[in-house]
Amino acid sequence: MSYSTVGVIFSNIHDEEIPELSKHRTMASIPFGGRYRLVDFPLSNMVNSGITTVGIVTKNNYQSLLQHLSSGKDWDLARKDGGIILLPPYSNESDKPYFSRLEALFSIKSFLEHRKEDFVVLCDCDGVLRIDLSKIVRFHDENKADITMVYHEAERISSSYSIALSPDKIGRIKSLKIDPAVNGELLPLYINIMVVRREYLIDLVENASQYGYTSFGRDILAKNVDTMRIFGYPFSGYYAGIDSLQAYFKHSMELLNGSVRGEVFGSHDVYTKVRDSAPTLYKAGATVKNSLISDGCLIEGTVENSILFRGVKVGKGSVVRNCILMQDCLIGMGVWLESVISDKGAVIRDGRHLAGCEALPYFIGKGRML
Amino acid sequence: MLRKKECVAMLLAGGQGSRLYALTNEVAKPAVAYGAKYRIIDFPLSNCINSGIDTVGVLTQYEPLELNEYIGNGQPWDLDRAFGGVHILPPYQAKKKSSWYEGTANAVYQNIGFMKTYSPDYILVLSGDHIYKMDYSKMLEAHIKTGADCTIAAIEVPIKDASRFGILNVRGDGLIYEFEEKPKVPKGDLASMGIYIFDAETLYRYLEADDKDPRSSKDFGKDVLPAMLRAGEKLYSYRFSGYWKDVGTVSSLWQANMDLLGDEPLFSLEDPDWRIHSRSPIAPPEYLGRSAKVENSLIALGCEIDGTIEDSLLSTGVKVEEGALVRGSVVMAGSIIKRGAVVENAILAENVTIREGARVGERKAGTGGIAVLGRNLSVYSGAKVAAGKILDGDYKGDEE
Repeated sequence: MSYSTVGVIFSNIHDEEIPELSKHRTMASIPFGGRYRLVDFPLSNMVNSGITTVGIVTKNNYQSLLQHLSSGKDWDLARKDGGIILLPPYSNESDKPYFSRLEALFSIKSFLEHRKEDFVVLCDCDGVLRIDLSKIVRFHDENKADITMVYHEAERISSSYSIALSPDKIGRIKSLKIDPAVNGELLPLYINIMVVRREYLIDLVENASQYGYTSFGRDILAKNVDTMRIFGYPFSGYYAGIDSLQAYFKHSMELLNGSVRGEVFGSHDVYTKVRDSAPTLYKAGATVKNSLISDGCLIEGTVENSILFRGVKVGKGSVVRNCILMQDCLIGMGVWLESVISDKGAVIRDGRHLAGCEALPYFIGKGRML
Repeated sequence: MLRKKECVAMLLAGGQGSRLYALTNEVAKPAVAYGAKYRIIDFPLSNCINSGIDTVGVLTQYEPLELNEYIGNGQPWDLDRAFGGVHILPPYQAKKKSSWYEGTANAVYQNIGFMKTYSPDYILVLSGDHIYKMDYSKMLEAHIKTGADCTIAAIEVPIKDASRFGILNVRGDGLIYEFEEKPKVPKGDLASMGIYIFDAETLYRYLEADDKDPRSSKDFGKDVLPAMLRAGEKLYSYRFSGYWKDVGTVSSLWQANMDLLGDEPLFSLEDPDWRIHSRSPIAPPEYLGRSAKVENSLIALGCEIDGTIEDSLLSTGVKVEEGALVRGSVVMAGSIIKRGAVVENAILAENVTIREGARVGERKAGTGGIAVLGRNLSVYSGAKVAAGKILDGDYKGDEE
C-alpha cells in the first residue's frame, strides 16, 4: 500500500548556524559534495520515496535557491499537479516576518489546507543522509502516531538547538529534552525529519496560533509529550548534521571515504541542477589524489584530499590540500592552499600561500580576490 | 497573425554508420558517445539553438530507440517549445503510400508536410555525423545576401583526401559552377560539409521532381544538387574555417576524441560563448583515489579511478581499479577496467568489462590499429585483444 504524502522543506531554519556560508543564501542552497546544494538531499529523498509535491518554505536570501530549483525539472518535479511549490513569506496576518518553525507553519496553512494528501513529511536542510521516507510514513500509520520524529544516535557536539528523545521499546516517546547537556554521551537526537497527518498538523498549527505559541519544540512537543502519541523512528545509516562550519568541513571530507560515498550517493540518484559543463580536463603534469572533482574543472597542479566543485581551475605548480573549493574558483600558478574553504568564484592570485587547520579551516568569502 | 519560423532545420540521423562496426550495433551513428560526455548529435542540435534556430526535425530510421530516448522532449538543448522545438521524424505510413527513407533527399521529401507547418522561408539540412561548432545564422545571412537558391557550407581539405568528399568547384565570389561527388581525380580541395540552406519553395519543387525521377538515387549530393546546378539555379559555397571532423570511421572517431587533449587542444568543449548542450547523466563528482595517476585526460562525473590514466577520455561512471592502465583510449559510460588490466589505443563502448590482467590493444599501433569493443562484453582474465581487433561479444582469448 502506498500512502499519499506531501513534502515540506524548511529552507532557512538553520541559517544562523553557518553564518559564513549563509550570508548570501539560505541553508538550503549551501553548496555541498562537489556539485550539490543541501536542499538536494531532502528533495532527492522525497522524490525517491515517491513524493511528487514538495512545498519549500523560504524566508529571506532565497534568490540563489530560486535559481537552483527553477522549474523543478531536474528533480522530475516540474508537474502540472504539485511538483515544487515555493512558499515565500506571507505577511498578511502580521507585519513582521516569522522566526520560528511554528510561525513558518502557520504561514503555509493555506498550502496545507489546499493539498489532498493524507500525510506530510517535514524536513530541514541541515542533514545529509539517504532515507526512505515512505517507510517512516508506514511506521507512523501502523503505530497510529500523532507525530513521528526521526532520530539518530549521536553525541551532541555543538551548542545549536537540539532535541533528545527517549523512545521506549516500541518507539513511543514519553519524554524529551530540549538542548541536552554536551557531555560526550550518545543520545537519540532528533534529526529534523517529521511525519504527521496533514489534518492533524493543520489543527496543531491553528490551536498554537490561538494560544500564541511560538516554539514547536517547547510549546507543542514538550508540553504534550504525555498526551500525544509521539513516536521516534530510528535512523542508523550515515547521517551528517551540518550545524557549524567545522561540521560542514568534517562531513564534506567524509565523502572521500568510499563507503560514505556509497551510502550518500547510492545508485546515483541524488538529483541536482544540471549545468552544461564539459568533463574535467586533467593536463599533463597534474597530480590528483583522494579527491572528489566535479565537471568543468581544469587541473594543471596538485590536488590532494580535497573537494572541487564545478568549473574550478588549478594552475601549474599550485598545491591544493584538504580544501573545499566551490564553483568557479580560480587558483593561479604556484599557489599553496591547505585546509581552506573557499566560497564560489574566489580568485587566488599566483604565488599566494594560505592555510587553516582542520579544526578551524580558513574561510574565503564569495567572489573574493586574494 | 501567421505563426511561422524563418528557418527550419532538418537533421539527417538515419545513417547506420557501418564503418563504426561494433559501436553502432545497437545505436544510430548520431547517438554514438564522444568527448567523455556527449553524443555526436549534441553538436548539430547545440549549433541550432546557439544559432537561434529552434525548430529541428530529426530524421531517424536505423536503430532509433536510443536516439529517441536521448532526444526526448528536447529540453537539454532548450528545444522543448510550444511552437517548434525538436521533433523526431521516423518514416510513417501515409494514406497513399508508405516506405522507408530511401536516401537523404527522400527522407526530407517525405517530411515536406512537417516543414510546411512552420511556413519557413529557408530550410537548413544537416547531417548527424560531424563534430564542429558553427553559427548557422551567419551562413543564413550569407545565403540571403548572395540571393542564392542553395548555399553549401564548404571547408578546405588536404587534396589527398579530397576524393572522399563532394567537391565544390567555385568562382571567386563563391558561386558553384561544378559539383563532383567523391571524384577519383579531384579538381579542387573545397569539400562540401553536408550542410545546406535552401529557399524552402525551391527545395520543395526539386524534391518533388526528384521523387518522380525513377533513375534518381534520392540523394542530395548525387541527385538534387546536380539537378539544381544543371537547371541553372544559383548555388553558392559558404566557407567555414573552424574545426570540423567527420567521425564516420573508427580512426576518425578516435582521433576526434584525442583532439580534445594535449597542451593546446585542437577543439574545446568548455566554450562559454558556444556551449555544447547534452542530456546530463545523474552522477556524483568523479573520485580519484590515493593510487590514481591521471594526466592529459578528460574524466566525466561518476568515475572512480584508482589506476593510471594517460591521454584518454572516460565517460560517466567508468571504474578503473588499482594497477590498471588506460592509455590513448576512449572508454564509454559504465565500463570497468579491473586490477592489472591494460587498455591501449582502444575504443570501449558502454558497459564493457576488462577483467584482471587482460590486455587490449597496443600503444604503438597508432590511428590505424584501434581496437574496438562493443557494448556489454567482457574480456576475460589474461586474454589479449590484438591491436585493431573488433569485438562484439565476450572474448576469452585467441583459441577460436
